[in-house]
Amino acid sequence: MADALFWAGGGLAAAGALLALIGALGVLRFPDVYTRIHAASITDTGGATLMILGLCLISGLSLVTLKLVLVWVFIMLTSPAAANALANAAYSAGHTPWIGSFRIMQDNRKGGSR
Amino acid sequence: MTGYIPGFDANLALDAILLVMLVVIVAAIAATHRMLSAVILMGLYSLVSAVWLVVMDAADVAFTEAVVGAGVSTIVLLGAILLTRGAAAKVSGRRRFLPAVLALGVGAILIYATLDLPDFGDPASPANAYVGRAYLEATGNDMGIPNVVTAVLSSYRGFDTLGETVVIFAAAIGVAIMLGFGERAMADRTIEPLAGGPADHHVVLRVAAKLLIPIIALYAFYVQFHGDLGPGGGFQAGVILAVAVILHALVFGLKDTMAAVKPKFARGVAALGVLLYAGIGVTCIVNGGGFLDYDHLFPRHIEAQIPDWILGPADPAHPHHWGQHFGIMAIELGVLFTVAATMVTIFYGFAGRSMEAPQPGAPRSGAA
Amino acid sequence: MSAVLTHFNYVAVIVLMMGGLYILLSTGNLVRRMIGLAIFQTSTGLFYISLGKVSGGTAAITLDAVSAEGQALAARAGAEQVARYGVEGVIYSNPLPHVLILTAIVVGVATLAVGLAIAVRLREAYGTIETDEIQALDRVLTAAGQVEPAP
Repeated sequence: MADALFWAGGGLAAAGALLALIGALGVLRFPDVYTRIHAASITDTGGATLMILGLCLISGLSLVTLKLVLVWVFIMLTSPAAANALANAAYSAGHTPWIGSFRIMQDNRKGGSR
Repeated sequence: MTGYIPGFDANLALDAILLVMLVVIVAAIAATHRMLSAVILMGLYSLVSAVWLVVMDAADVAFTEAVVGAGVSTIVLLGAILLTRGAAAKVSGRRRFLPAVLALGVGAILIYATLDLPDFGDPASPANAYVGRAYLEATGNDMGIPNVVTAVLSSYRGFDTLGETVVIFAAAIGVAIMLGFGERAMADRTIEPLAGGPADHHVVLRVAAKLLIPIIALYAFYVQFHGDLGPGGGFQAGVILAVAVILHALVFGLKDTMAAVKPKFARGVAALGVLLYAGIGVTCIVNGGGFLDYDHLFPRHIEAQIPDWILGPADPAHPHHWGQHFGIMAIELGVLFTVAATMVTIFYGFAGRSMEAPQPGAPRSGAA
Repeated sequence: MSAVLTHFNYVAVIVLMMGGLYILLSTGNLVRRMIGLAIFQTSTGLFYISLGKVSGGTAAITLDAVSAEGQALAARAGAEQVARYGVEGVIYSNPLPHVLILTAIVVGVATLAVGLAIAVRLREAYGTIETDEIQALDRVLTAAGQVEPAP
């Protein structure tokens, strides 16, 4: 039983690491600030959640699990706020999204060409 | 040397990977001319080295590095580049040549010198086998607290730590002399926060910060009072507490923060911390011990009055060491005061300077 | 191979240190110099910590040898090693470098702030933080009789 939990937890942690890697690749490869924030948030949410879940399974029911859950809650509080602040700063600094600004998209829809 | 060769295990692999990452980050800092990139990379360097420190079993140091490196030092550096503006001037190849040769030469000599050092991880090396081991063996009997790092920091080497605390306090004075306490920023009525206005883009940040700041402050006190039992102590807790104040200033504006934590209060607390620390030392002298000799912190008849329920009943093999427990707690509190207040004072200095907008540019002597 | 493995940490830390030295020397920008100095300082700390690591050891927070963690550690290090180097049945890393570097990090950021404050004041006085330009400006001002020559 303990062995099964260990392997399940290890598998989840590895899956989380894989998501983090995908997120890092996205940060490197995506074209503009907004899409990069999107990629980075995968690392924060998906990657961290899976890893913490895996570690919870490995540690079993103990004080460590409670601490891990608290860490998770903290990440869930901070990372969306940080992503929002980043996007906000990029918008204020005048970065136009790669797919075009909202107004340009509307114009394109009217004009029908892009 | 005993010929002890560490096996290649997961820890060692992690160690190697993280060190290579650190080298890459430093190379990136050396390559960039944009100050902002360099500062962000410095924060990254601190975070990666904090992870590495955990692998090296230095949990307390990792804690400190993560908070100081990624928190306070990044913010101080950001404040500095805001006040000094602009990218570093491109340096010519000729000017890069000599430093490169020098660094390579010194590095080669140092690497040659490491050949005489004991193997990495050698438990029989002089540093690990004698003085480090002596502390580990003695702490249980002398003080009865589990965290040996805290024991060495605040009791065995308490005088040294007092010196460090005074240095930090002196740094606060130095920054305040050069940049001021930032109080003029508070007096400046033209700076109004944007809260609630149409230009207010920071609602999400404000709500998140409102949730986080009390948690961060609470966590600082957990780290403070848990320092005897696990990683933590006055230095880490002080920086965490300062980070809570700095976060408030970044999100709600310097003026609101200065109304809550007054610069005068901050500098008073910084001095109070050093005073508390040194006062504990003097109390020990008064009660018949040496400076910072906590075993003499309480006179005998007072020590006998301390109820047993705090730590459970004592037995002859494991006496309570009340003086050590309370002494360590008190000086850690002094460290907390000084470190937190110093970091806040330094931040106020830099942030207040940028809000005064001295508009650097023309030389003051008018030699344009 | 074993020499590479046993001294890799020292070499890597020295490379970091020299990286800091190079950043420090190769620029005239004072803030950049402070960054180089900070890297140099941190890497010295990393060197201390490297020396204090003990193979198969754990953080210097005493734990019970008969507890689950203690048993797991002992199983990893081997009975012979534990008997020879353990303290009450558990191997710990050396706590002394940790203490020294812990305080050094906090002192480091405080002194970094002092250095940066000096750079800020220089910028306000000279309008630049490039040492070359500051020196050139000083020469011009001295020649024009606006400031006293340095003693």
